Amino acid sequence: MAYVPLADQDNEADLHHPHSWVTKYVWSQDHKVIAIQYGGTAILVGIAALMLSLLMRMQLGFPETFDLIDPNAYYQSVTMHGMIMVVYMLTALLLGGFGNYMVPLMIGARDMVFPFLNMLSFWFYLASVLILMASFLVGGGPTGAGWTLYPPQATLAGTPGHDMGIILMLMSLAVFVVAFTMGGLNYVTTILQNRARGMTLMRMPLTVWGIFVATVLGLFAFPALLVSVIMMTFDTLLGTSFFMPAIIESGTALDHNGGSPVLFQHLFWFFGHPEVYIVALPAFGLVSDVLSTHARKNIFGYRMMVWAIIAIGGLSFIVWAHHMYVSGMNPYFGFFFATTTLIIAVPTALKVYNWVLTLWEGDIRLNAPMYFAIGFIFTFIHGGLTGLFLGNVVIDLPLSDTYFVVAHFHMVMGVSPVLVIFASLYHWYPKMSGRMYHEGLAKLHFWITFLGTYAIYLPMHYLGFLGVPRRYYALGQTDFIPESAQDLNAGITIAALIVGSAQILFFINILWSLRNGKKAESNPWGAASLEWQTPDTPPIHGNWGKELPTVYRWAYDYSVPGAKEDFIPQNMADADVEMESKSD
Amino acid sequence: MALAVVIFALVIGSVIFHFASPWWFTDIISNWQSIDTTILITFWVTGTVFVVINAFMAYCVYKFRHRSGQKAAYEPENHKLEGWLSAITTVGVVLMLAPGLFVWADFVQPPENATEFEVLGQQWQWNFRYPGADGKLGTADTEFVSEENPFGVNPEDPNGQDDVIVNAPEMHLPVGKPVKALLRSNDVLHNYTIAQLRVKMDLVPGLTSYLWFEPEVTGRYDILCEELCGVGHFIMRGAIVIDTQDDYDAWVASQPTFAQTQQAAEPDLAAGQASYAVCAACHGVNGEGNQALNSPKLAGLQDWYVERQLNHFKQGIRGGEGDVNGAAMIGMANMLVDDNAVRNMAAYVSTFPDIPATPTIVEGNIENGFDIYDRNCAACHLDSGSGTWYTDAPKLAGMSDWYFVTQISNFRAGIRGLHSADPYGEQMVSMATAMSGLNEIRDVAAYLGTLR
Repeated sequence: MAYVPLADQDNEADLHHPHSWVTKYVWSQDHKVIAIQYGGTAILVGIAALMLSLLMRMQLGFPETFDLIDPNAYYQSVTMHGMIMVVYMLTALLLGGFGNYMVPLMIGARDMVFPFLNMLSFWFYLASVLILMASFLVGGGPTGAGWTLYPPQATLAGTPGHDMGIILMLMSLAVFVVAFTMGGLNYVTTILQNRARGMTLMRMPLTVWGIFVATVLGLFAFPALLVSVIMMTFDTLLGTSFFMPAIIESGTALDHNGGSPVLFQHLFWFFGHPEVYIVALPAFGLVSDVLSTHARKNIFGYRMMVWAIIAIGGLSFIVWAHHMYVSGMNPYFGFFFATTTLIIAVPTALKVYNWVLTLWEGDIRLNAPMYFAIGFIFTFIHGGLTGLFLGNVVIDLPLSDTYFVVAHFHMVMGVSPVLVIFASLYHWYPKMSGRMYHEGLAKLHFWITFLGTYAIYLPMHYLGFLGVPRRYYALGQTDFIPESAQDLNAGITIAALIVGSAQILFFINILWSLRNGKKAESNPWGAASLEWQTPDTPPIHGNWGKELPTVYRWAYDYSVPGAKEDFIPQNMADADVEMESKSD
Repeated sequence: MALAVVIFALVIGSVIFHFASPWWFTDIISNWQSIDTTILITFWVTGTVFVVINAFMAYCVYKFRHRSGQKAAYEPENHKLEGWLSAITTVGVVLMLAPGLFVWADFVQPPENATEFEVLGQQWQWNFRYPGADGKLGTADTEFVSEENPFGVNPEDPNGQDDVIVNAPEMHLPVGKPVKALLRSNDVLHNYTIAQLRVKMDLVPGLTSYLWFEPEVTGRYDILCEELCGVGHFIMRGAIVIDTQDDYDAWVASQPTFAQTQQAAEPDLAAGQASYAVCAACHGVNGEGNQALNSPKLAGLQDWYVERQLNHFKQGIRGGEGDVNGAAMIGMANMLVDDNAVRNMAAYVSTFPDIPATPTIVEGNIENGFDIYDRNCAACHLDSGSGTWYTDAPKLAGMSDWYFVTQISNFRAGIRGLHSADPYGEQMVSMATAMSGLNEIRDVAAYLGTLR
């Protein structure tokens, strides 16, 4: 009997299609449904976190006017906003959401290799979210230790939510890590084992590369978070002293002795820095594909882009202590970490060059996803460049713990990935829903979001230059910060309120279009990658109908000289490509 | 098209904003001009990159926007171009990193002749210690920390006996001398930041961190805590005064040594009792207070708190504009001729039997009061309302609730606590905003009435 590749052996009848509404939409093992469950949950908690940030902005912009929150609630808002956005929103949306949706479709698989584990991953994630949200209901409220949860402060009486709030946070994180591990192993195995015939690694779309490397980073980084969470739980509940030296709480000496708060910071940032790239790399991948499709041009320097993703991923594990230049660790570490940190700027800059060069001599279709993608390049350049200030250890001395840091990481890790998320949601919406979104509304959404966020964060850097410290409920009186800083703060708050409320445009658009949008063709953008070549739109369970696709080329054959169409799908053999007639 | 124009406008706008902005680093007053230079180098490199790439991108969006009949080029790679871009980027990175590392090498190695001093952080107060005549700081450990020895200086260590103890959030240094700050914390992470010096470093419990600088301009500058240290983080303020050598020497001489703080004579209760006769007319023989005379209950107050407040009245730090009853106390407090008389009085007051005052505010919402107190006040005044020396918090439970309402109202109105010599009052000015108005103040007062 002839050899049949494993990927071609399955047949439609064995796919175990769901039989009831519950198995189709609730206990679903279809990667696309799980993706939407993941994404929907992430967006919901993201809205909660956005509300918290607006509360903080009201306090900072108009401290005597609104009086909505007291110092305790302010610190709780700071903490929950940060943790939700980084972990429960961005990580979950980009990997759990886009990772689940894109990976099998883009590599030509029917589903993840472990669909049941995939389902469990979502339900564990949901449990972690519910545990976290429960901390709003317990006595003392959620923890206000800052999203970094630095001990000893996180568990002492002077910190909001020091009793139940912090415990629930630690439990929730532990469950999240379990959920991530189940999803992560699934993505890695699926990408390595379940690619369609012809889909070599170097033919994969950059989205898959970004998700793949980010997942590998996560599998190495999240365990550091898990152990630090467990150790801190032991310190709190069992009286161990991993992170607790001999200290005094409200005038009373505690029993702890010999632990190191700096150890926690090393563990936390060993997770925390790769976490930045766990969010950034999928975004890099997604935006590359959006840019290439709408520019009608191959992504420039594909191999360099792949190696840059891998290099950034690798380097991200040896830069973590740049978050700790002024932490009291041995200051000689500063030499090493400043050097590695600035080295990482090189592959990152190359990615930016290649995005911009992708536009060069393109045939740029300025659709809404392209607006967001180009907006992303702008904000990412800005956020990346300010990172060179903070990564250079001496410049961190005056700027660390000021609003410059807040502005920097919101630019690079808040605004930039969110612009990519919107670009991607609009870009793939036709495939996911079978309908077109409303173009005008989407562009309005872009303008307010893009210009508004820049109005928030550009001036915020200047608060940092002034030396305004972050995590201050109220600035009070200082001798070096002028009164006009308050005007700046008020302006920032107004911009934040506008941007925050403008997000309703997005929800109106996608909900309205679900029923009223124009019917989408199966490949409205003329995209070359595999997910647009499914027989059904939206793709049904099993994705590919009777036969799995075979891949003949990379994902970026746009505007190939001689070809009649300005794109050639990945699953089209050379012989089938329609060429321009000789007379042209 | 619009997008290209807007991106280009944002580039130009950002540059204009930068140069027109009045918001920039405060003037430097230390030897760390090299840090500012490194920032400027980085600014020029990154600023150029920002303008060039974005302008190029805007140009591409404009030039290569879709028009009918247009076809994109097909160019997967261009090794030469990619090589050049990598090389130029590497040069730019080296340009920024190299000066930074040289300055850092300077920063991590304090000069031989730098004199040491110690910064001690605790929730939410700064304290300072100087080595004294022998030039050596005594060892210290949290196990020795007590109300009498807040630094935890090892009483057995001979080097520590002459250490100068500053149990207040204001420190002094002489101008033009390099100094090395040793940073310690008794509880959580704090951060010692002086914006004008361009330095900051965390204080970490369990270890000693350091930084060094040489102040070059005399004056008084803020010390801020810049590492989240709990609900009182934003009120942890201090001051550093850069003096001429003579002024500095005089200031150090006026501060007590560790040995002196440990050998203070017992207060004279009889003398305190004699002085108290005048006070008894309003505050009652046993300090029980009298609302009709606007005189709060004193029994139960900690002696250090009574002493501090009497001194504040004496020095006109309390009882200023808008505080009629406080003003009346200025004359009274001044009948105490010297520091000893104040100490004796405070010691005598602390001997009164503490019988909880009868609550007068009954209409407040106790539940809301608890919520506010538990969230914002208990961190310093403790769950029991007993207060503690550790956070400089006086007792609140069982004290006159009507007086609590007036004082919080005074803090909120800026009548009390804004005097520059009252850092503790300033903390309360900030924290009192946790109560949004008279009703919430009464709610907390009503809750305090339930704590006995």
